[in-house]
Amino acid sequence: MQDRIKYWKGIEELENASEFEKHAHNEFPEFLPINEVEGGESVSNGKTRRRDFLKLLGFSMAAVSLASCEAPVRKAIPYLNKPVDVEPGIANWYASTFYLNGDYNSILVKTREGRPIKIEPNPSSGLTPLGTSPKAQGSLLGLYDTNRLRYPLKAGKEAKWEDVDKEIRSRLSNVSGKVAFVSSTIISPSTQKLIKEFGSRFGNFEHVTYDVNSASGLLQANGGVIPGYDFSKANIIVSINADFLGTWVAPVPFAKQYIQNRKLNPDNPTMSRHYQFETILSLTGSNADVRVPIKPSDEAAVVTALHNAITGRGASSTAVDAKIMAAAVKDLQANSGRALVVSGSNDPGVQAMVKAINTALGADGTTIDTAAPYYVKQGNDAAMIRLIEEMNAGSVGAVFFYNANPAYNHPLAARVAAGLKKVGLKVSFADRVEETAKLADFVTPDHHYLESWNDFEPKKGFLSLSQPVISPIFTTRQMQDSLLAWSEQKTEFYEYLRNNWRTVATGKFDEAWEKVVHDGVLENGSSLMNITPSTAAASTSVRKVQPAAIEAVLYEKVSVGCGELINNPWLQELPDPVSKATWGNYVAMPRLMAEEMGIVQGDVLKVTFANNESIELPALVQPGQANGTVAIAMGYGRDLESMPVAKGLGANAFPIATVNDNAVLYTSGVKLEKTNATSPIAQTQTHHTIMDRIVVQENTFAKYKENPKEVTEYIRIATHSGPAKPAAISLWDDYEYKNHHWGMVIDLNSCIGCGACTMSCNVENNIPVVGKAEVLMRREMHWMRIDRYYSAKEHEPKDYAEMEHPADNPSVIFQPMLCQHCNHAPCETVCPVAATMHSSEGINQMAYNRCVGTRYCANNCPYKVRRFNWFAYANNDKFGFNEPMNNDLGKMVLNPDVTVRGRGVMEKCSFCVQRVQLGKLEAKRENRRPKDGEIVTACAQSCPTEAIVFGDMKDPESRISKILSRQQGERAFHVLEELNVQPNVTYLTKIRNLA
Amino acid sequence: MQHVSPIREPLVTGGKTYHDITQDVCRQVEAKPNVRWAAALAVALVGLAIFIYSVYRTLWYGIGEWGLNKTVGWAWDITNFVWWVGIGHAGTLISAILLLFRQKWRTSINRAAEAMTIFAVICAAMFPVLHMGRPWLAYWVLPLPNTFGSLWVNFNSPLLWDVFAISTYFSVSLVFWYIGLIPDFATIRDRATGPIARRAYAALSMGWTGSAKAWSRYETVSLILAGLATPLVLSVHTIVSMDFATSVIPGWHTTIFPPYFVAGAIFSGFAMVLTLMIITRKVFFLEDYITLEHVESMNKVIILTGSIVGIAYTTEFFIAWYSGVEYEQYAFINRAFGPYWWAYWSMMTCNVITPQLFWFRKIRRSLTATFIISIFVNIGMWFERFVIIVTSLHRDYLPSSWAMFSPTIIDIGVYVGTIGLFFTLFLLFAKFFPVVNMAEVKAILKSSSEVTHSHGRGATMHATDKDSNSNTHHNE
Repeated sequence: MQDRIKYWKGIEELENASEFEKHAHNEFPEFLPINEVEGGESVSNGKTRRRDFLKLLGFSMAAVSLASCEAPVRKAIPYLNKPVDVEPGIANWYASTFYLNGDYNSILVKTREGRPIKIEPNPSSGLTPLGTSPKAQGSLLGLYDTNRLRYPLKAGKEAKWEDVDKEIRSRLSNVSGKVAFVSSTIISPSTQKLIKEFGSRFGNFEHVTYDVNSASGLLQANGGVIPGYDFSKANIIVSINADFLGTWVAPVPFAKQYIQNRKLNPDNPTMSRHYQFETILSLTGSNADVRVPIKPSDEAAVVTALHNAITGRGASSTAVDAKIMAAAVKDLQANSGRALVVSGSNDPGVQAMVKAINTALGADGTTIDTAAPYYVKQGNDAAMIRLIEEMNAGSVGAVFFYNANPAYNHPLAARVAAGLKKVGLKVSFADRVEETAKLADFVTPDHHYLESWNDFEPKKGFLSLSQPVISPIFTTRQMQDSLLAWSEQKTEFYEYLRNNWRTVATGKFDEAWEKVVHDGVLENGSSLMNITPSTAAASTSVRKVQPAAIEAVLYEKVSVGCGELINNPWLQELPDPVSKATWGNYVAMPRLMAEEMGIVQGDVLKVTFANNESIELPALVQPGQANGTVAIAMGYGRDLESMPVAKGLGANAFPIATVNDNAVLYTSGVKLEKTNATSPIAQTQTHHTIMDRIVVQENTFAKYKENPKEVTEYIRIATHSGPAKPAAISLWDDYEYKNHHWGMVIDLNSCIGCGACTMSCNVENNIPVVGKAEVLMRREMHWMRIDRYYSAKEHEPKDYAEMEHPADNPSVIFQPMLCQHCNHAPCETVCPVAATMHSSEGINQMAYNRCVGTRYCANNCPYKVRRFNWFAYANNDKFGFNEPMNNDLGKMVLNPDVTVRGRGVMEKCSFCVQRVQLGKLEAKRENRRPKDGEIVTACAQSCPTEAIVFGDMKDPESRISKILSRQQGERAFHVLEELNVQPNVTYLTKIRNLA
Repeated sequence: MQHVSPIREPLVTGGKTYHDITQDVCRQVEAKPNVRWAAALAVALVGLAIFIYSVYRTLWYGIGEWGLNKTVGWAWDITNFVWWVGIGHAGTLISAILLLFRQKWRTSINRAAEAMTIFAVICAAMFPVLHMGRPWLAYWVLPLPNTFGSLWVNFNSPLLWDVFAISTYFSVSLVFWYIGLIPDFATIRDRATGPIARRAYAALSMGWTGSAKAWSRYETVSLILAGLATPLVLSVHTIVSMDFATSVIPGWHTTIFPPYFVAGAIFSGFAMVLTLMIITRKVFFLEDYITLEHVESMNKVIILTGSIVGIAYTTEFFIAWYSGVEYEQYAFINRAFGPYWWAYWSMMTCNVITPQLFWFRKIRRSLTATFIISIFVNIGMWFERFVIIVTSLHRDYLPSSWAMFSPTIIDIGVYVGTIGLFFTLFLLFAKFFPVVNMAEVKAILKSSSEVTHSHGRGATMHATDKDSNSNTHHNE
């Protein structure tokens, strides 16, 4: 049957042609009839007929245009040989050190896929184990600053390292005159040694150190070192113009010490009392229990009065409020051995008196660790002034500038510029063409500190290292390697450093070295710094500050410092802790002066300095500023291509600083004139008083000791069965948290208001920088902010108009404010698309992808913590200064764990949900519960005073649970408790130890 | 047939016949555009251009083009939204509630009022979309089946209720308005001479024959739709008010809002109807259909609703004091005496004080006075929403976040632009659609006009004997 049916493949098979038989066994018989169709000519024979040509032409046109529609291919290239410790998606931490103008932080650098993305405190450090300064956090962006030099410069032109080296070597070999190495304070023992060795080749060499915000007077009075202040041991602290929590000497270690004796232990409450006599309302002054505004010209008199009263020598003086002075003296004397007096003056005479006061109070050996002085400031004003004169005299043959920009930031900047003309060889190690580098023959750019090996000794016996966490981005070279190259040495600085450390290593060196590199610190008491305090008594003659009608003070900003970090958009947008102003400097003046001169905030003033130069800056009415004085921040007024972010911001106020008998004093008389112009100041907070509301609570230490249960006001709501806690009368069902319940406690007594948390949050969560214009529109994006309230001037209850005005010398309170992660969140109910909702662990979440941007949630948030993306801040030329999002290099700093939000979506604090998830996952992988303290938000991590505690409130053993159960009914309160939104953030009442 | 008191003023004056009505209403539809209309349209088109430009800036660059900030997340956008929705209230109130109450005076104004409603709601609906950060995702507020798993809209959110309220209101109003237009379109169709007009109006009239059956169904549908629309008049603004009332912001969180908002909406709607009708009757010579009696009736509604609004303002203050809540008290003191005091007192002057002038009959019946006061009310009601939204937000709980709001040129452009859009639509409507409901006016001609109803006299309701004897011209 089967055989009967026969299917032919074609007519050929039927005919059984020989041609068919030949190919019948092949899978693809060759004689397919293509050729016949084409008329015997194939396309492949190279001959294209007219019609085919048109067909092909059409095809290729279509293909090309189709191909061009495709998105460009972005290749992700895998590692050919994967580095051992680089695991995609997993972060590595390397210990390092940040140091700038006294601000010392031992840090851990978090890197992802080989790029540093976050700076975190190094818990191994004894000096700064807790948090960082905002500057340290922000310094990370400097690494990715596209304005850094990418190559060495010779006479302002690009050059090759070999050529530059050759020329510098040859010019050094026949240098005539003095060779000077000018730097700001170097706390690296190895670098100091290297510079010394480098100089030893020259007959006449000097390493001149000067600091922009100098502590020369303090050093002179104390034999060349900064006394080993220990604020934690002081019951009474008196500070005269020393902003030791913000900018003076070593703020981060000081903040840690200071707060130790300010945190309240409920079982044994003790608390230091802090008196502050100062001109500007500094960060430190805003934390003081008693604050007295003084004029700069009265500073010496105040110290003298204190000195005479304590030592009992000399006539009693009545420079300031006699009552407060008497109270301070009484407190100091009653706490002999537990008291500390510090002064920010740069006058050796004043500092000598302070030293005498401390000695009289028995501070040496108690509140001053005489065995371990600080090395963080070593600048010598007199030496620098002498060098400037030598340069002008033409006796300097070569000068090197390392982290020093005297043509901009020295009081004799004009003399520096003039003197440099007479110097044969000028070399700058600046990372960009700044004011001094502009005048140099060679600019041999230094690495960023995150690309360098270095060592540090901020305090005797506290050594730390920095290590490269990324290979150099540009063809820069570490200053130390340049010096080695120019001294014809073949060793690299890394080797040099290692060798130098052999003296302090115990046991096998390689192992010891590895351990130090790993830990970042070595604190076994060994010291490398070669500084012997001189015991010669310093002169006690006080330089007279001439009183003037308007005395101006030059001060360092907590955010941008002395001007080195001025091109950093993160730090520019970080509000000043006290004035809350961003992006630029201004003339801070007291209300009385403003009223007398008819000035309102934002009026542009012409400020004429003693040298008849003048600048124009807007006025800011600053409560607490001493009457008859104004203050202007240093670092601004840069007109350099290498600092596009800072260009056009503020004005240069360095001419305020004057040289007085070989000491730089940061004050002088100025003249103010009103101009007709106005220039608004971009503040992130524009209303300054608390309006008699109990959103932030404070009480006195006396009251606390009496009855801790009465220091906090708890709101009760009237019900038919008597007053009840708001939470007790809810219409809502409560969430049930089965596993975790994340929460935060913020101790207002510990918060000093520095802004490290804000900065840390910005870095961790890829928060855009929006610029001055947008800050003026009140659109800054910070998730974490610090609300700063001044006490209002005296007013009747309910006199709303009057209570809007801050007192002239207000008490200040800081309140870190972030998403409160309400359990009954008002934002969650109003979102039409459910883009914001509650997690099963108590976190109020934002699903950016789902958000359509109605802003209803932000309107309905009683804490106003939600931030809206008004524009596209990423990949938008309009926001070019927002470097982390607008250029390829800047984008390297972005945290890959956090989305960069697009235009039109709402964002806010997430309790660092990426960290929470990571912590949970790691615990899960190890088959355990997350340990308390393992998961920590960026803000809590960066707080130098441990004011913020984050944790699982479900875990009864966690720190947060313990604090909450202890403080319930005493200091723990929720902001706006009466709304019954039930925040997961709890605050602890601030306690003031009033005199 | 209800009894009409002989002392009532007639609703149609000037001794009009059925034919006159047709003639008078169709005149501007059939005639060439007159100069005044063309000039008005030109101005409106400029406004529309401003709208398009401002919207382009908003959509292309983002909401940052507006003056909003971290504290004041809504300002002119939602102010304009509520203002337009409020204006849109009069139309439905006139055509639905007054129909149910058998208020015959509504017949000559309901068409224009309903058109105004539609256009105002179109303008209003722009804002919920435009104010979104990502308006291209606006459809996410609809409960659509989606690929996001079980992701659903949030039925707790008053904004979602808004979506339903506004869209329902818009569709019902549109249908109601259109059904009413059908007989009149048929009239125009029957009179049309040009081929385009004939075809266009034929399509618009949907094959209306004018048979008794069609009329009967027409009446029934009108009544049903009126029944449906009536609760909407109350619900829309109630729900709009809940955007604020359900929040926690002092000055918003107020139970008085729903009735207060509805009264305010009717208040502003009637003011806008007056503004428009006073111009329209002049421009299109419709004085005999939209009479002083109409104006006076509407003025009476204004004085009533204006007084309700005034009481509401006072009550808010009283309750804020009585509540003992510090934040509430401050919110209201801040409204009256804070940095936005001028907005508050503008609102009080325009909404509470000026309408009280209508207690005087002379003012109530003065077209000039009515026109001026209607403009005042329009301004006042805009300020009312501005005051509620901005002064409540700009200083809420934490003084650290207090901020001021000032509009940008784009904010102003969008607002002025919607007025341009509104008038463009209204002018096109006035030119191409019958602005007075011919069919319904004819229905009241017998009972309420200056014409006697006997057939023996020279003047009759029928223009000619020929017409009166004809039964073919139902639709004239």
